[in-house]
Amino acid sequence: MTIVKQSFWTTIAIAVVVAAPSLAMAIGSTADHGKFEALDQQFASGPEVTRACLTCHTEAAKQIHGTKHWTWDFVNPKTGQRLGKKNVINNFCVSATPNIAECSSCHVGYGWKDDTFDFSSEENVDCLVCHDTTGTYSKKALRTPGKRKPNLKKMAQSVGPTSRATCGACHLSGGGGDAVKHGDLDPSVEHPDVFLDVHMDADGLDFTCSDCHGAKSHKVEGGRYDAKPHGNGGMTKHGKDEEHSHATCQSCHGDAPMKDEKLNEHTDKIACQTCHIPEYSRGDYPTKTWWDWSTAGTLDVDGKPFVAKDDWGWEVYNSKKGDFRWQRNVVPDYVWFNGTIRYTLLGDTFDPAKVLSVNALDGGPDDPDSRIYPVKVMRGKQPYDAVNKTLTAVQTTGKDGYWTTFDWDTAIDRGMTSVGAPYSGRYGFVETEMKWLITHMVAPADEALGCPSCHAKDGRLAAIEGVYIPGRDSNRLLDLAGYVLVLLTLAGVALHGALRVVFALRRRSRT
Amino acid sequence: MQRIYIFKRFERFWHWSQALLIALMALTGFEIHGTYKLLGFEDAITVHTTSAWVLIGLWVFAIFWHLTTGEWRQYIPTTEKLLAMVRYYVTGIFTNAPHPFRVTGLSKHNPLQRLAYLVFKLVIAPTLWITGLLYLYYNAWEAWGLGDLDLETVALIHTAAAILMVVFFVGHVYMAFSGQTPLAHLKAMITGWEEVEEEKEA
Ligand code: HEM
Repeated sequence: MTIVKQSFWTTIAIAVVVAAPSLAMAIGSTADHGKFEALDQQFASGPEVTRACLTCHTEAAKQIHGTKHWTWDFVNPKTGQRLGKKNVINNFCVSATPNIAECSSCHVGYGWKDDTFDFSSEENVDCLVCHDTTGTYSKKALRTPGKRKPNLKKMAQSVGPTSRATCGACHLSGGGGDAVKHGDLDPSVEHPDVFLDVHMDADGLDFTCSDCHGAKSHKVEGGRYDAKPHGNGGMTKHGKDEEHSHATCQSCHGDAPMKDEKLNEHTDKIACQTCHIPEYSRGDYPTKTWWDWSTAGTLDVDGKPFVAKDDWGWEVYNSKKGDFRWQRNVVPDYVWFNGTIRYTLLGDTFDPAKVLSVNALDGGPDDPDSRIYPVKVMRGKQPYDAVNKTLTAVQTTGKDGYWTTFDWDTAIDRGMTSVGAPYSGRYGFVETEMKWLITHMVAPADEALGCPSCHAKDGRLAAIEGVYIPGRDSNRLLDLAGYVLVLLTLAGVALHGALRVVFALRRRSRT
Repeated sequence: MQRIYIFKRFERFWHWSQALLIALMALTGFEIHGTYKLLGFEDAITVHTTSAWVLIGLWVFAIFWHLTTGEWRQYIPTTEKLLAMVRYYVTGIFTNAPHPFRVTGLSKHNPLQRLAYLVFKLVIAPTLWITGLLYLYYNAWEAWGLGDLDLETVALIHTAAAILMVVFFVGHVYMAFSGQTPLAHLKAMITGWEEVEEEKEA
């Protein structure tokens, strides 16, 4: 029976493929994967597809092995800090490693369930997650197939370049759900209009992610671990050399793209993003701006976890996760930024009485590499080791995780064990903030900020130190002296004039 | 009464266009400064910088004119009758005393005016031009070897000079109505001719 069923679906698939121009033609490729023998087979699993891909793309898996997308491990050359999704702690879901079986649903590989995963395996590289063009690929469906098996053959035969949808499957839903994390990346960016993003505008320029985040040898350019708040002194070309990443505005627009020279002169201190992304979360989704883990664990009358939503349908409380706040059309915060980010990593100690910066952005007014840059500030409270004064990893998922046991102590203990860090046995909650660079959702030029947004006493840059901003700054004493001087002059002149009139009238009345 | 020709055509043109420009610049300058809202910051900048260039152009002409005609001598300060002038403004003007100074085509400004205009021309105006141009070319400082300058200092000096300019402006406008008759000076600067009292033969 299944054979009959499959052939039925195959017929439908062929009909669709025949009716529509083939993908190869649509993208102008010289190769039609639908005609390759290696792909003309019923694949039983993901790794089988990969093996078929590798018969032609012999170097692809080896290239992937060297990327952050594969290793989740990255040493920041500027600070020496060991970053990467495997290592950092954030103030959303806190830590990936203790929950890797779940979190690896956004890993470009098959089967990373625990620390026995073979990072040298070529067939475990997941080609389809990035190169599927059918829109039917789903890691979840592949891991736990229901009745209807994913049609791997069709996916393999219609592979193509990455798209906003493939990258977006992970990057538009970071932080455990749609729109949660970035603020400038949410599912509305999959089909944005020109107002949401001039470049990705689906009816206009229709940029894909890789149009900026070029990938030579699968090494995707750009990213916040090693960010660039300014250009490199001119236009660049994809992958020409890694130093000159394509993923900056200037790599296409140059260093002085504006018609008004005075505006161009601002680029020594101000990142393009500051004026050209007036607000984030401008699409159909609000972004999460507050996550308080300390209130998690309240159960309903039946002792079951529950969820409370606001009028818009967004979760404001979840027994497993605590309190949330969401915001839409948000005016960014602005900070000096030179491209270097310092994380508070496992083992770094801090003063829990103060708000802890999970990732501090370096930079300042006197640093020529620094620009004033827009950020989303994510705030919240998260568990920490109350004795060691360090952040903690937490196991939330699985049968021993917090989301099942509602027991912080074991959840933290297991989390810390899985990352090989000490746990004192006493935890607390520390208020934290984390900065997310705002660089997508670029508005059309005429929606960019005008001068008075910053050149005003209470403008957007009111908190920025170290620069004199005309219209914002003045010297109180000088202003006061000015008022006094001008008023005295006016008074003197008025008095003199009045006396002249009085004397003239007196003279006239005498004669 | 006798009419004498004091202000030549260029002088009158120069005076009024400069007056207009400076009024515009003060108006827009203090808007840029954040003292009030009028045109909006962006338009204020446009008007301020455009006027600045026109004014600079005008000044180049004016300097040339002063040098070639020798009119610059009008501003050489003198102490002769200076005290008499001060006394006149403090008392004489109220009692209708005779004006201690008599304008002629060769000597257009009374000693107080000379002094005031000299301060205007040598202190207030150049301070504004120089700091204004620096302000305008802020991004070129590094290339000009002025990297140690900071914008705040330049802006504060520019603002201070602008305040003095406003003070000068107020005083100057008032003085314009303090001639032999209230409108005599004004007429002179419009038509070029000033009415002065017949000089008694000595
Ligand atoms: C050659 C002449 C002048 C030039 C080149 C000049 C140029 C400038 C520039 C570039 C600015 C800063 C605007 C900006 O942020 O881009 C400025 C501000 C200003 N100007 Fe001028 N200006 C000149 C003359 C004047 C005059 C005649 C006045 C007043 C009578 C004046 C009053 C002001 C004031 C009050 C500010 C605001 C300063 C601050 O708050 O920082 N300026 N000027």
